[in-house]
Amino acid sequence: MTTLPTPPRARRRFQAAPYLFVLPYLLIFASFWAWPIVSSFLLSFKDSRLGAAAPWSVANWSRLAGDEFFRTALKNTFVILIIQVPSMLLMATGLAVALNSRMLRARGLFRFAFFAPLVVGTVAYSAVFRLLFNTDFGMVNRALGGLGLPPVDWLNQPGPAMAVIILALLWRWTGYNAIILLAGLQGIREELYEAASIDGATPWEQFWKITVPMLRPTLLFCLVLSLIGTLQLFTEPALITNSGPGNATMTLGTYLYQQGFRSFNFGYASTIAYTVAAIAAVVSLVQLRLFGRDT
Amino acid sequence: MTAHSTLDGVTQARDTARARRNRELGKSVALHALLIPLALLFVAPLYLMVVFSTHPDSAIFSPAPPLAFGGAFVENFRQLQADTNFVRTLANSTVISVLYTIFSMLLTSMAGFAFAKYAFRGRNLLFGIILATLTIPSFVTIIPQFILVARDLHLSNTYWAVILPTLANTIGIFYMRQAFQTVPDDLLHAARIDGASEWRTFWQIALPVVRPALAALAILLFLASWNDYLWPLIVLTQKDSYTMPVALGTLVGLTRVSWGALMVGTTIATLPFLALFLALQRHFVAGIAGGAVKD
Repeated sequence: MTTLPTPPRARRRFQAAPYLFVLPYLLIFASFWAWPIVSSFLLSFKDSRLGAAAPWSVANWSRLAGDEFFRTALKNTFVILIIQVPSMLLMATGLAVALNSRMLRARGLFRFAFFAPLVVGTVAYSAVFRLLFNTDFGMVNRALGGLGLPPVDWLNQPGPAMAVIILALLWRWTGYNAIILLAGLQGIREELYEAASIDGATPWEQFWKITVPMLRPTLLFCLVLSLIGTLQLFTEPALITNSGPGNATMTLGTYLYQQGFRSFNFGYASTIAYTVAAIAAVVSLVQLRLFGRDT
Repeated sequence: MTAHSTLDGVTQARDTARARRNRELGKSVALHALLIPLALLFVAPLYLMVVFSTHPDSAIFSPAPPLAFGGAFVENFRQLQADTNFVRTLANSTVISVLYTIFSMLLTSMAGFAFAKYAFRGRNLLFGIILATLTIPSFVTIIPQFILVARDLHLSNTYWAVILPTLANTIGIFYMRQAFQTVPDDLLHAARIDGASEWRTFWQIALPVVRPALAALAILLFLASWNDYLWPLIVLTQKDSYTMPVALGTLVGLTRVSWGALMVGTTIATLPFLALFLALQRHFVAGIAGGAVKD
């Protein structure tokens, strides 16, 4: 086999091409993403209110350690994380299996119903949920009344307000995760199930012995995405409950916004931001350790 | 074996087949009985949003809230336009989302092509760095991005303030790299032997091959930009520069708000995407799932 001789000019152009292709993206990536990651860390050691000449200090970090509002935000975020993410993934897995089932009629219609919340923006659905859960004239309390149950003051009591946020998130994101899991399900070979049912495995056994292990990489992907999403939760608590009542639904996201863009304390807001990143990294690593073996 | 016992066996087999069919029918009914109410719950907020957009507030707050369409849509729209200059925010959102989608697709497909189809020095290092930042929450960068865009580049209240930082889209580059990996090398070599430049090879040969992936990415990018709330909220401070979610967000928190008008806004923000979603459901699902398929 002979190779065609490449003219030197062409070879040089060939070498430059990949760099030219990457360059525009890289410029944006470096200035608006990579550098800010570093810069944010540096900012967390400055008192930004003192201007550019502020001395380096760990004042922001020590303030964070003793900040009762930060602890509230952290606690609220974790309550949402611990209740919402597992319930959602459980529901999404069940939904994906059901939507994939041959026994289901009008599958397209069902898929549409469960995926429809995906196309609603967070602001739009936050507004709708705020209206639906209104104490005096909301549809939810009307429905409760219809069932003979007493109305709930959803948005003005800490527990119910948290429940509304979690329900809103479940409504919005379950279908999204179900899509990803459905794609994962469709990647599992049919023969596995056939072989298992010949061996006498019940559908329940098939679910735990085939579906769940084969879906593990996809589930892990959903878990990590949901985790990072929940840690940055902002729109729902900001618009549905306005972080209230009191600070009952204040999250790391709304606290960061308040510190950064209401009080314009960039240094302290960066400290909060970096804490979010650190938590995300730690929890992602733990998840990879727990669920990511041999995948 | 006597004829009698053979007949018995056939009857028995027929009985078990019927029993199995009955059992499957029972399961199928149970599945539908579970899924239909759940599906209705998922569609209900969307349905109510559209219905409420066609009623005056007095009807929404009445003891028997309307469940069918009314005739106040136009009136509600006028109220919304008076409250937020909605048409202007609609135009802002459209221009920003279109520009963002075009630029982001161009940048990520160029870079994705280079990462998939060229062996160049630093490729693995660069791609590794980009991938590593994938799990970093965008919260970390929001403060330095704001300082860069608002203070250093003086871009507050411009379209570019919204577009530029979000162009550093890591998921997109990952997705396009995967898409270009499916393009056969021989096809590209053939084009080069015919004398096509590297740019033409990319633009006229490789890009058309990955068109389905591009379509899916375009939908996701457009949706993400159209629905983005936090970043535009931070960099847009003048009413006329607001995007639609920011404008709607300003209404939600107010004590005196016309809910009918607000529901018109959320409906208009949602309906085009419901239509797009229905028309392109397969691409859309493939696009979301594409991010998850890792083997």
